Amino acid sequence: MTDLRKTAAELADDLASGATTSVELTQAALDRIAEVDGAIHAFLHVDAEGALEAARASDERRAAGRTASTLDGVPIAVKDVLATKGLPTTCGSKILEGWVPPYDATVVAKVRAAGLPILGKTNMDEFAMGSSTEHSAYGTTHNPWDLTRIPGGSGGGSAAAVASFEAPIALGTDTGGSIRQPGAVTGTVGVKPTYGGVSRYGLVALANSLDQVGPVTRTVLDSALLHEVIGGHDPKDSTSIDQPLPALVEAVRQGASGDLAGLRIGVVTELGGEGYQAGVLARFHESVELLTKAGAEVVEVSCPHFVHALATYYLILPAEASSNLARFDAMRYGLRVLPEGLDAPSAEDVMRATRDAGFGDEVKRRIILGTYALSSGYYDAYYGQAQKVRTLISQDFASAFEQADVLVSPTAPTTAFPIGDKVDDPMAMYLNDLATIPANLAGVPGISVPSGLADEDGLPAGFQILAPALADDRVYRVGAALEALLLEQWGAPLLDKAPALDGASR
Amino acid sequence: MPESLSRDEVAHLAVLARIDMSEAELDHLAPQLSVILESVASIQGVASADVPPTSHALPLTNVFREDVVEACLTPEQALSGAPAQEQQRFSVPRILGDEQ
Repeated sequence: MTDLRKTAAELADDLASGATTSVELTQAALDRIAEVDGAIHAFLHVDAEGALEAARASDERRAAGRTASTLDGVPIAVKDVLATKGLPTTCGSKILEGWVPPYDATVVAKVRAAGLPILGKTNMDEFAMGSSTEHSAYGTTHNPWDLTRIPGGSGGGSAAAVASFEAPIALGTDTGGSIRQPGAVTGTVGVKPTYGGVSRYGLVALANSLDQVGPVTRTVLDSALLHEVIGGHDPKDSTSIDQPLPALVEAVRQGASGDLAGLRIGVVTELGGEGYQAGVLARFHESVELLTKAGAEVVEVSCPHFVHALATYYLILPAEASSNLARFDAMRYGLRVLPEGLDAPSAEDVMRATRDAGFGDEVKRRIILGTYALSSGYYDAYYGQAQKVRTLISQDFASAFEQADVLVSPTAPTTAFPIGDKVDDPMAMYLNDLATIPANLAGVPGISVPSGLADEDGLPAGFQILAPALADDRVYRVGAALEALLLEQWGAPLLDKAPALDGASR
Repeated sequence: MPESLSRDEVAHLAVLARIDMSEAELDHLAPQLSVILESVASIQGVASADVPPTSHALPLTNVFREDVVEACLTPEQALSGAPAQEQQRFSVPRILGDEQ
């Protein structure tokens, strides 16, 4: 019997023991999607046929004793910003409506090679610009905890799919928090690996120097299992790190024992206090207390330039994004719109009309801002200055990591807010990523683990753990320890408290 | 340094960024962009002149590969997403304007 509430690790065990088959499991996930996704809208495209075909192939491999990986046969959902050969890839934008890539992103190829059936593509803010999925051109995803609220963003689709048990695991991407913040507000786990630790080939670029692909799951162990599938060097990505991944699953097993003796945990002064919801802070402090009881030593560390991280990010990101999105010129792929009232429009006329029709408000805002920040006369004052502050933020991390092995903070300043609240107030929306952005600027790894429900609204809050570049194993060790300690306290996974949603689509 | 954007400046930037913008869109976006710009302008003066800029979080080196033929897209695959194609090529609107 297939129980979709099991973790990916447990499902892999069930596949190995013969208690279930990949076809059974994949069909159950597809049935669950049919049952609840009308209400959640996590998926932009569901590939039932392709997923079942991959599941049959997985079952045949297993019968022949040739399984491709630990997760062979466990179905997965993929964020729609990752190129999937033969499956539509829209990035949540009208400008790529109906585009079917002729190639796979490296992470997608790795997932396929490891035998994981791809259930479909998940919703996101257009080109990953947003913290709520409200900027998707194809409608908002709803938070499984409360359908009137946002699931976070940009990867709200992947997080909601996992939180509503439509998929055991999913792939996300994190440029300023797009894996970790949705994890926090949906009560799930998300990891942003070290920059360069996972290939970006086939990830439609938002901001090259910040983007990173990572796992979206319900448990820390599942993230580690998926991270080990997708991670490692890729010659097709020039920023890919040419050295082996640390032992992540091993780090989880070590952490889950609950012994953190000798570990130094740094609480970042600048990532807390004003602007943070009381219930989020309460859960954060309780989690720090639990880690202390497990033997960790807590120190307070100051990262004085973090207060400038948001401004730095909203100069660097638009600058890179405005350059990247210049590729959408209506010539080689995607939408082409002819301007009205012109007999023989030029390529430039067509490009302008297409980009007006194809891009949403947030994308236009950031392209204009980036164009401004890069224009001559303002370059030094804005982009040049942001690159320097980026150095100062990295230096803050370096000195903080001399005092502590990991740094911790709440993942997001608040719990999920109501749909519509911030959609036309860009600065209010940007503040959601206050605590997650510094890691992207410095390239360090981070995880968000559920820390409980806020007292005010009964909605999930997240606990963020950051480690030095290349030390991804540390976030898994500490994340697994916190997860185990909290589970012991709660008696059941946090998601057991979320609405069942059965029949929600009807 | 100007820390706000006028409606005319936004219209000019939209031309540079190759995005047609209606009057209504300019009315809507220009004030929002000014708010964002005022906020990010706080960064000015934070770093002194001697701080080196960072373009990438981790040091980058150029990457080469052997100059050998590798698997790549077929012409059909490369053209598969084209809005229009002709004779195995991307078909595009005229490139030059009337005055050229």
